[in-house]
Amino acid sequence: MKKLALAFAALAVAAVAAIAIAWPRAQFVPASSPAAWAATPANIARGAYLARAGDCVACHTARGGIDYAGGRALDTPFGRLYGPNLTPDMDTGIGRWSADDFWHALHNGKSRDGRLLYPAFPYPHYTKVSRDDADALYAFLRSLAPQRRPNQPHQLDFPYDQQLLLAGWRLLYFKPAVFAPTPARGAAWNRGAYLVEGLGHCSACHSTRNRLGASGDGLEGGLIPTIGWYAPSLTASGEAGLGDWDQAHIVALLKTGVSPRGSATGPMAEVVARSLQHLDDGDLDAMAHYLKSLPGSDAPPPYTGARAGDQLLADGRRLYASHCLDCHGAEGEGKAPAYPPLAGNRAVTLTPAVNAIRMVLNGGFPPGTAGNPRPYGMPPYGHELDDAQVAAVLTYVRTSWGNAAAPVTAQEVNRWRGAPLD
Amino acid sequence: MPHPRTLALALVLYFAAGAVQAQAPAPPTVPDTLAQRLLACMGCHARVDARGNPVNDAYFPRLQGKPAGYLYHQLQNFRDGRRQYPLMTYLVDHLPDAYLREIAGHFAAQPPTLHAAQAPGVSSRVLERGRQLVFDGDRARGLPACAACHGAALTGVEPAIPGLLGLPRDYLNAQFGAWRNGARRAHAPDCMATITARLSLEDVHAVSSWLASQPTPADSRPARTIARPLPLACGSALVQP
Repeated sequence: MKKLALAFAALAVAAVAAIAIAWPRAQFVPASSPAAWAATPANIARGAYLARAGDCVACHTARGGIDYAGGRALDTPFGRLYGPNLTPDMDTGIGRWSADDFWHALHNGKSRDGRLLYPAFPYPHYTKVSRDDADALYAFLRSLAPQRRPNQPHQLDFPYDQQLLLAGWRLLYFKPAVFAPTPARGAAWNRGAYLVEGLGHCSACHSTRNRLGASGDGLEGGLIPTIGWYAPSLTASGEAGLGDWDQAHIVALLKTGVSPRGSATGPMAEVVARSLQHLDDGDLDAMAHYLKSLPGSDAPPPYTGARAGDQLLADGRRLYASHCLDCHGAEGEGKAPAYPPLAGNRAVTLTPAVNAIRMVLNGGFPPGTAGNPRPYGMPPYGHELDDAQVAAVLTYVRTSWGNAAAPVTAQEVNRWRGAPLD
Repeated sequence: MPHPRTLALALVLYFAAGAVQAQAPAPPTVPDTLAQRLLACMGCHARVDARGNPVNDAYFPRLQGKPAGYLYHQLQNFRDGRRQYPLMTYLVDHLPDAYLREIAGHFAAQPPTLHAAQAPGVSSRVLERGRQLVFDGDRARGLPACAACHGAALTGVEPAIPGLLGLPRDYLNAQFGAWRNGARRAHAPDCMATITARLSLEDVHAVSSWLASQPTPADSRPARTIARPLPLACGSALVQP
């Protein structure tokens, strides 16, 4: 009996020691000098640019609200979170925060009062941001007009609202560390990696999150929980893989929202509109260069299951001719950049087919950008075509002109009819 | 030395071949027009059948011929959360103001679709109550006549007051409902929110039924001007939108 107790005690000590060793302590990097976060026009302009690169405005602005004053609801499988007020209001914003406080939030995921922040704020990515860049961001946010707008408390389900659980999550999935360049890859690659992995937080959507909400390090794609869009892989050649894209086409998509290979729709339209279109060509080139260098993970095997029935394909062909052909062409060749090709378009042949289904149901415009200020739109067909018709036309598109993806079922279409739109 | 006629023929053939060659690889062109860019709107707002008759108009409001300022405000309202129709918000979410203004102007410039009289499906007493509210209002309850702002012909007023005819009853009812529960808002002061708060459900029923049953007049373009000041201050009905 005594032996057992001793063994338990030893085990407990070992566990505590292991946690203490593994615990990613908050990492402090001092500012290079107070001049790094001084309210100079140069710092503020650089911080504004970096805030664009991080798309901070997206989560920290309510619909129709003042930029950075907070209030946008973010639904997650664990509950609803609200982006807080980042303007320098003394009581409701970050008016009392020092540059070090801001660094701790961005780099260590800790609020000024010591509370651990929820990783819906993508600090597992932002931790890669350099102290100099963090200071410029701080200078920019401090330059905004203070907005008095109290933060809404998050509505998280038990037990996800417990700080202890969050501490455990951080132990598993978070380690603060500034981006470490790989000199052998050259300046452009490193700049691209810094932006994609850090401020750009691309893998927050373009990777599969596990059951505890941690996103992977890779960019292998994944279904974005709760909002119902599939963020395609940026590595695998079988999905939206960028390996065989011209670098110029990647840059065009990021900068203008359209390209000869496809258009940005759904949540990516927002990312282009609010963030990427504002980046300079050098940075977009670097990001595209980095993405193209990523090793392709194993492409999903080609579909070898049951073929769609002849009747279904005939229905699909007929619907295609009456609804889609004028813009996307008899051979699915499209009229890019206004109307993207459907032949060989991985957004169309992805499995799950959620993006293609939602495009047919809801239509949509690519974002209006400086490079494409008056985009051509696609009509919504959700009120005109029933589930079986949408399934038929998509099955036809996914199995024609060299496309060889799985058929779409009416049940799949029905599942996405009620997906949130805004 | 070839015969001159052979030479001429060869030349003709050469240039003809050149012309054919120049035509053959013409890339697919997309008309650079707003009509083409805005096909996405037509499926709901202007769908017509093979004979040109409007279909699927049980809910969707017409856009053609509405004042440009009004349409521009509504596009912004959907984008910025002052009106709630998720599909509209989704469609205009990432379109810049300059494009929204162009879109508004495009539909404002179209001739309004004519609308035949509809069987009202309500009692003549209800219709008469509706007609009264539309043209006379109810002074005792602080209700101005619809016509006092929306024009004597109810076809709206430039640049930002919409016409009320040719709209489905369900759509009209939904707008009153949305104002009532705060889901539809306009620039402050929000005159229609004020008016709706003073309307009973019976009033709404009567007004919507009467409006939806009326034919559009032959000329249903918005009036150029209306007597100002309006009965209520309206943030969205300024002379300059």
